[in-house]
Amino acid sequence: MNQHQQINESIKCLIDQTLHLADTCLILGQRNSEWCAHGPILEQDIAITNITLDLIGQARNFYQYAAKLLVEYEQKQATEDTLAYLRTEREFKNLLICELPNGDWANTILRQFFFSTFQVLLFEEMSHSKDAQLSAIAIKSIKETNYHVKWSSEWVIRLGDGTAESKERMINAVDNLWMYTGEFFIPAKYETIDVVLLKEKWLQKVKEVFDEATLIIPDKGFMQSGGKLGAHTEHLGFILSELQYLQRVHPGAEW
Amino acid sequence: MPKSEAQKELEVYRKTGDAYLSNEDKNMNFSKSDKPNKNIKEEILLILQQVCDPEIPVLSILDLGIVRGIIPIDDEIEIIITPTYSGCPAMDAIAIDIKLKLIEYGYKKVKVSYTLSPAWTTSWMTLEGKNKLKQYGIAPPNDKNEKDFQKRINNLLFKEEENIECPQCHSTHTNLLSQFGSTACKALYQCLDCREPFDYFKCH
Repeated sequence: MNQHQQINESIKCLIDQTLHLADTCLILGQRNSEWCAHGPILEQDIAITNITLDLIGQARNFYQYAAKLLVEYEQKQATEDTLAYLRTEREFKNLLICELPNGDWANTILRQFFFSTFQVLLFEEMSHSKDAQLSAIAIKSIKETNYHVKWSSEWVIRLGDGTAESKERMINAVDNLWMYTGEFFIPAKYETIDVVLLKEKWLQKVKEVFDEATLIIPDKGFMQSGGKLGAHTEHLGFILSELQYLQRVHPGAEW
Repeated sequence: MPKSEAQKELEVYRKTGDAYLSNEDKNMNFSKSDKPNKNIKEEILLILQQVCDPEIPVLSILDLGIVRGIIPIDDEIEIIITPTYSGCPAMDAIAIDIKLKLIEYGYKKVKVSYTLSPAWTTSWMTLEGKNKLKQYGIAPPNDKNEKDFQKRINNLLFKEEENIECPQCHSTHTNLLSQFGSTACKALYQCLDCREPFDYFKCH
C-alpha cells in the first residue's frame, strides 16, 4: 500500500467508526423514545426521555462529523439527516443490543445500565483519541453519560433487590440481554479504540452493581454479534421503517 | 456621561468571567489597529446580552456562558456558541435568535457556528446568572459541589448533591425527587420545610 492508499484507508475507518458510534446512539435513542408518555411513573418517564435526548444529541454530533468527512474526503453529498434517514439496515452499524425491543421496564433499565456503563468506558478511551473531534464529542458526552450510569445502576439495584416480582423480571432481563453484551468488546476492523481492553473494567462495574442487586452474572455462554458490520436482528428494519418513513415518502420534508 | 444599565452589566461580565471570549481573544493584545474590531466586539456583547435562553428566559446566553467567540471578518460576524448538553433542543432556537437580534441592529451577515471543545460546564455561568436563576425560582448549581461532583458521581449511588437551597424559603433541608427534570440541565427537588417542589440547575 502506498502512502496515499493508507491515508484513504484510515479516513474510511474513521468514517465507519463515527457512523457506528452515531447509529448506536440514534437507535437506542429511538427505542427509548417509545417510552415517552408510557413510563411507569411521571418522573421516570421524564428520566428515560431525557436520556433519549442526550443520546440523540450525541448521535447528531457524530453524524455531523461523519457527514463532514464524507463531503471533504469522499466528495459525497451527505448531511446528518441523509445519514440518519436515508441509509438501509445493512448500512447501519449500531450494536445489536440497542435495536432489541424495550420489553418491560426491567429490561429497558438493564439494557441502559449495560450500555451506559460501556459507553462511559468507551468515551474515556475516546477522550484521548488523536482525532480532535472524536475526543471533543467524548469529553462532552461523558458528563451526560455519567448521569445515565448512576440512574440506571440505582434502578437495577432497586428492582433486583426489590419485590419477588421485580426480581423475577430482572432475572428474565439478564437472561434476555446477556448474550448481546459480548459485542461491546469484539472489535470491528474500522475501530481504532481498543474495546477489548474495556471488558475487565466493565465486568467489574457490572459485578459491583449486581452484588448490590442480588443478581448473578451468567456463566460464559454464546455471544451474538454482527451489528457493527451491518448484520442485524429483524427488529432494525421495523425501527427504520418508522424512523425514516417521513423522509422516504416526502423526500426533503422539513419542520 | 452616566453609564447605561447595559454597560454596567457588561462590567459585571468582565469581572465574573471571560467565558464569552475564545482563548484567542483572551490572549489577544488589542493593538491600535485592532481597535475597530474591539469596539465591534463590545457592541456585539451588548446586543448578545439581550438574547435569552428560550427555556429559561431570565438568563441571557452570556449568563449561561455558552458564547465562546465573536469574530468579525470584513462585513461578516461569526458567533461561536457551545451547547450545554449534547441534545439541548434550545440550540437551534438560540442560533436563530442571535441572527435576528443582530440583524435588528444592522448586522446583516451573521454566521453562528458551534464548538464542542472545551465542553461547557456550569462553572461558566456568571454569578449574575446564578442570582437571576434563584430569583426566578430555580436553584442555581451549587458552587461547592460543582468542582468534583462529576468525578465522584458514580460512587454516589442513591446519594444526591448536598446543600441545595430552596429558592422559595432558602432552607437547605431539601430532597431530590428526580435526577432528571423538566429539561436536560435540571433535576427536580422538593423543600422539606416549605414543601414546595422546585427545579435545580444541576452541576455539569
